[in-house]
Amino acid sequence: MEEFTVPIGPQHPALKEPISLRMTFDGEVVKHVDVRLGYNHRGMEKMAEERSYIQNLYLTERICGICSHSHTTCFAQGVEKLMEIEPPKRGLYIRTLVAEIERVHSHLLWLGVAGHEAGFDTFFMYTWRDREIVMDILESISGNRVHYAINTFGGVRRDISEAQKQTILDSLGLLKQRTEYYTNIGTTEPTFVARIKGVGKLSKELALSLCAVGPTVRASGIKSDVRKDDPYAVYNEIPFEVCTADTGDVFGRVVVRVNELFECYKMIEFMLKNLPVGDIVVKAPRRVKENEVVSRYEAPRGENLHYIKSNGTDKPERLKVRAPTLANYPATVEMLKGCFIADIPLIFAAIDPCICCAERMVELVNVKNGEASVVSFGDLKKLASEQYKKCGNKPEPVSIAKQLEKIRRKS
Amino acid sequence: MLAQLVRWSRIKSPWVLHLNTGACNACDIEVLASLMPRFDLERFGVQLKGTPRHADVIICTGPVTRQTKDRIIRVYEQVPDPKFVVAVGACAMSGCVYRGMYNVIGGIDQVIPVNAYIPGCPVRPDAFIDGVVKLLGSL
Repeated sequence: MEEFTVPIGPQHPALKEPISLRMTFDGEVVKHVDVRLGYNHRGMEKMAEERSYIQNLYLTERICGICSHSHTTCFAQGVEKLMEIEPPKRGLYIRTLVAEIERVHSHLLWLGVAGHEAGFDTFFMYTWRDREIVMDILESISGNRVHYAINTFGGVRRDISEAQKQTILDSLGLLKQRTEYYTNIGTTEPTFVARIKGVGKLSKELALSLCAVGPTVRASGIKSDVRKDDPYAVYNEIPFEVCTADTGDVFGRVVVRVNELFECYKMIEFMLKNLPVGDIVVKAPRRVKENEVVSRYEAPRGENLHYIKSNGTDKPERLKVRAPTLANYPATVEMLKGCFIADIPLIFAAIDPCICCAERMVELVNVKNGEASVVSFGDLKKLASEQYKKCGNKPEPVSIAKQLEKIRRKS
Repeated sequence: MLAQLVRWSRIKSPWVLHLNTGACNACDIEVLASLMPRFDLERFGVQLKGTPRHADVIICTGPVTRQTKDRIIRVYEQVPDPKFVVAVGACAMSGCVYRGMYNVIGGIDQVIPVNAYIPGCPVRPDAFIDGVVKLLGSL
């Protein structure tokens, strides 16, 4: 049978965010996958260089709405290292507390989406209903449902009162009860399990060699978690387990996430009961000495990495963000190969893709011969100025590959 | 008489298409949350649809990036008349924090006409429902 190519996305019912997947099929089976990014690229890293550190804190928050706390914490941690300040214990505890509550919200959201992609909409509605409890907790702590803006350099912006502690502990009881019910459904309900078992296989070796992160790699039986491997904030004081599964399929990813939920509840309870007294924030300087730092953070989707370079002013010289979803793309392509058309949304959803997080990279691919090239800064500059001259003030789509060729021939 | 019937049916069950034009996901999850049991926008007959051809209202979240610009116009053209566009969130209104970035054009109204603006970063589900009800009331 002849092979044919089907473009999925950027606007597609199965994908909530703009991304384009070009798939080559042989009958029902996926042969080749081409991931095309850039629909959500906004140019944040460049903008970060023009804004001061404290402004950038709010900018990094808006890299992604679901794991907004991950990006700010990762950035704040890095900048605090550059500033050589140490946030007070209470501040760190509240920061970690919000991080874990965010993980609960993100995993509940994902469980719902997984149910939805598997055609189990009741599950979707249930988890999203209970997710509202988490949203209320977050709102009571930070004042906002999604962008919490609780981080600042040198600690956090809001304290937690005794009354708030009590309400959080009360709602945790209800959440635990509900999660037990989901565990029951997600791992034993025959129709659901039949749909997700054996779908999107990723072996241990492949997961390692493709550098997958987060629940995707943990579902393949590898204990990889930044919270344990390289503890930041107060994770070295909190008891918790790294959850893994050895099936390496979508079922394993459900198991990992559900177990992680229980770990989160344990950690939240521990943190609330052992919240140290004292200040929540120390004063941070405006200017940062010349230095560079790499900051790691375990976001709900996996390892988040920020590289910050400072140059002695109040603005960073370079900010580089490597979001977990980007690290999971190579693994996703492997998972999709050999699967059926109907499994595509399920497998793709199983890495918990967050497109807006991942839109960072600049690489040019010549579609005709598939040759990829990373453009040097000088070439890009020449290209930009030539294009600018050509079309006046209004940049219009001009074949970049052709112009690059021209520049190369000249030099 | 017929016009009245058409108007009634339009207000009674507007089907919406959710279009992410480069948003940070925050508005998207709030839009979804407002369709979920707690806020339950479906009691107003609002239903989320996958394809533009079934939709009456386009809900746009996020600033317009250069790559999505043409696609937004294409999606807009595919929606049958009468069509309405709701710009959800500060980014969809003006660009918000993304304003001035090299790959961001600005708000949705730079590309397609917008009927209603709902402010917020991100929009709260309550505000979103209020906006949708106001849009329906204006028909």
